[in-house]
Amino acid sequence: MTQRTTDRLSSETARRDAFLAAYRSMLYGRVFDDKLASLYRAGKIVGGVYLGRGQEAYSAALAHQLRPGRDVYAPLIRDQAGRHAFGESLLDAARTFLGSASGPMRGRDGNIHRGDPQNGTLAMISHLGAMLSVVSGALLARRLRGELDDCVGAACIGDGGTSTGSFHEAVNAAAVEKLPLVIAVANNQFAYSTPNERQFACDNLVQRAAGYGVEGHTVDATDLAACLEVFEHAVARARAGNGPQLVVGNLLRLAGHGEHDDAPYITDAHRKAPYAGDCNVLARDTIVHSGWLSEAELADLQTQAQQEVDAATATAQQEAAPDPATQSWVALFTTHLAEGEAEP
Amino acid sequence: MSITYLEAIREAQDRALAEDPAVFIYGQDVAEFGGAFKATRGLCDKYPGRVMNAPISEDAMVGTAIGAAIEGMRPIVEMQFADFSSVGLNQIINQAATLHWRTGTPCPITVRLPSGGTPGSGPFHSQSMEALYAHYPGIIVLCPATVEDAYGMLLEAVAIDDPVIFCEHKYLYYHLKAEQLPDESLPVGRARIARAGQHATVVAYSAMVHEALLAADQLRQDGYEIEVIDLRSVKPLDTDSVLASVARTGRLLAVGEAFPWGGATAEVVSRVASEGFHLLDAPPQRLNAKDTPIPYHPNLWSVHRPTAGSIAAALHDLLRL
Repeated sequence: MTQRTTDRLSSETARRDAFLAAYRSMLYGRVFDDKLASLYRAGKIVGGVYLGRGQEAYSAALAHQLRPGRDVYAPLIRDQAGRHAFGESLLDAARTFLGSASGPMRGRDGNIHRGDPQNGTLAMISHLGAMLSVVSGALLARRLRGELDDCVGAACIGDGGTSTGSFHEAVNAAAVEKLPLVIAVANNQFAYSTPNERQFACDNLVQRAAGYGVEGHTVDATDLAACLEVFEHAVARARAGNGPQLVVGNLLRLAGHGEHDDAPYITDAHRKAPYAGDCNVLARDTIVHSGWLSEAELADLQTQAQQEVDAATATAQQEAAPDPATQSWVALFTTHLAEGEAEP
Repeated sequence: MSITYLEAIREAQDRALAEDPAVFIYGQDVAEFGGAFKATRGLCDKYPGRVMNAPISEDAMVGTAIGAAIEGMRPIVEMQFADFSSVGLNQIINQAATLHWRTGTPCPITVRLPSGGTPGSGPFHSQSMEALYAHYPGIIVLCPATVEDAYGMLLEAVAIDDPVIFCEHKYLYYHLKAEQLPDESLPVGRARIARAGQHATVVAYSAMVHEALLAADQLRQDGYEIEVIDLRSVKPLDTDSVLASVARTGRLLAVGEAFPWGGATAEVVSRVASEGFHLLDAPPQRLNAKDTPIPYHPNLWSVHRPTAGSIAAALHDLLRL
C-alpha cells in the first residue's frame, strides 16, 4: 500500500469514527427526548420539557469537537445530544427533569437549566444570549492565568436568541478580546412561534459575522457529515487563535417549542423545505449505505440506548425529592452574611 | 497627609491586586485612562494585563466577570455610573445572584457602582440603586459612608465569595477626607453608631449619614441629642443595631437618598415596626428623595434629595409626635 493510500484510509477511518460517535450521541439524545415526551404526557414531569428533535446532528457535532475537562460548553435547551457527547450522564439529565434531590441541581432548578460550571458545563439561565459572555469570562480567566493554551468555549443559541442585546454585547466583546469562542446558532426557523422574517431582516444570520469582525460559517444542519466538517474547522480556527467563530446551522425544529406546544405555526410548506429533514434518519441512512454498521448492529445500538435511558429515568424516579424541611434556604455561599433563615 | 474617599477606593483596589493574583479589573476606560473618576489611576501600569478596558457593554462586562469567577478569579467590575448597571441588571440578578444557589458554584464578583447625586448630574448619572439589588437573594449590597469604610469594605467585598454590589457615593469622592487608611474595620454586616444620642435615632447610609450628622448638630442647639446609625451594609441589614438604638431613643427616622417607594428605609421601618413596636414612642418615619426622576438643576436637585435641613425638619416633626 502506498503512503497516500494509507493516509486516505486512515482519514476515512477517522471520518467514520467521528460520524459514528456523533450519531451515537444523536441517538441517545433522541431516545432520551422521546422518553421525556412520554413522561411529560403521563404527568410525571413538573415544569417544561424542551426537545432537541431535528437538532441532534448540529448539537452532537459541536460537542464532539470539545474536550470534556478542558473546554467550556454552554448548551441551550435543545442540546441533549451535545450534552451526551460532552459526557453528561443520562442519570444526571433524568434527575434534573424528574426533580431528584441527588441531581446536579438538587431540585433547585430543573429540566434544561442544568450544568456543572466548575467542570466546564455552564448551567443556562433562561435569558437568551446571557451565557455567551459567561463563556468568554471563563476563557479570559484562563488567559489571565496563562492557562488558555488551545482551549475553546462553545455557546449554543437559536435564531431568536441572536436578537438580544446580550448576544450582541457578548459577540462584540469576545471579538475585541479575540477569544476562542465558538457561537453555534441553530436556526430552527422559529423562536417559539415567531418565524425568521419577524426575527431578523438580513438574508442569513452569518452575515452578522462580518459586522462583528469574526469568522462566519454556515451549514445544512440536517447533514451530520457537514456539521462535523464545519465544527471541526470552526473549532480548529478558534483553537489556533483566530478569534470567535460564528456558525449558523439551518434546520427545522421537529417538535413544538416545548411539549406543551403543538406548533400550529409550522406548516406543510416548512415540513417540505430542504431544512426539514430528520438528521437522525439521514445519518442512519448514511451509516447503512456506507456499510459502517449493519441493520442488526444499529438495532442493537437502539436497544442499548433505550435500556440505558429507561434505567436512568427509572432510577431518577425512585430517588428522593428535595425536602423543604432540610433544605438550606440560604442563597449566599458566605452563610454568616445571609439574612433570614439559618441553616437547618 | 490626607486621603479622599476616592483615593481610598483606588488604594483598596491597588492592595487587592497586589495581594491576590486572582483579582482583575474590567470596565469602561479603566485601563490607561484610569476610569471616568480616576478610581483606577495608575493600576493598569502597575498590574499589566489585569486592568482591562471593556466595550460599552454592561451586560457583557458582568457576564464576563461571572465566567471568570466560575474559574476562580475575583473580578472587580467598574460601572462608569451606577445608573448604567441597569443594562447589566440581568447578569447580576439572574446569573450572578442565582449561581451558587442553583449550582453550588460561588460567584465572587464585585461590581462597583459610582452612585448618588451631585449637582448637575441629572436623571441618568445620579441614581442610588441599592434597593434594586438588595431585593434579590444572593447579593450583598454595601454602601460605605466614610473613607475608612470605602477602603476596608471594598477590600472585604473582593474577598467575599458572593456577588457584592459596592455602592460608592460620588458626592463623597472628593468631599470626604481622612488622615490615614484604617488597619482594620468593622466587619461587613455590622452597623456603626456614627453619633450617640438619646432623643431620636436616624438610620442612614452612604452620603445621607453626613447630612444626618449635620442635622443632628442643628438639633443639639435645641437641646436634642440625636443618635445616627450608619448602616454601612444595606444587605445584610444590621437589624439588631437598629433595634438597640431605637430601644435607647424610642423614635426612628430612616433616611435614604433613593426613591421613596420601597427600598432600604422602608425595610428599616418595617423591621422596627414588626420587631420593635414596643420600643417606639412615636410612629417610625421615613425620608427619601422625591418620587420623580432626579433633576439636573442644582436648585431642583437640592430639594429632591434629603438634606441636613429637611432631615432636621423631619426630626422636629418626629420629636413632636
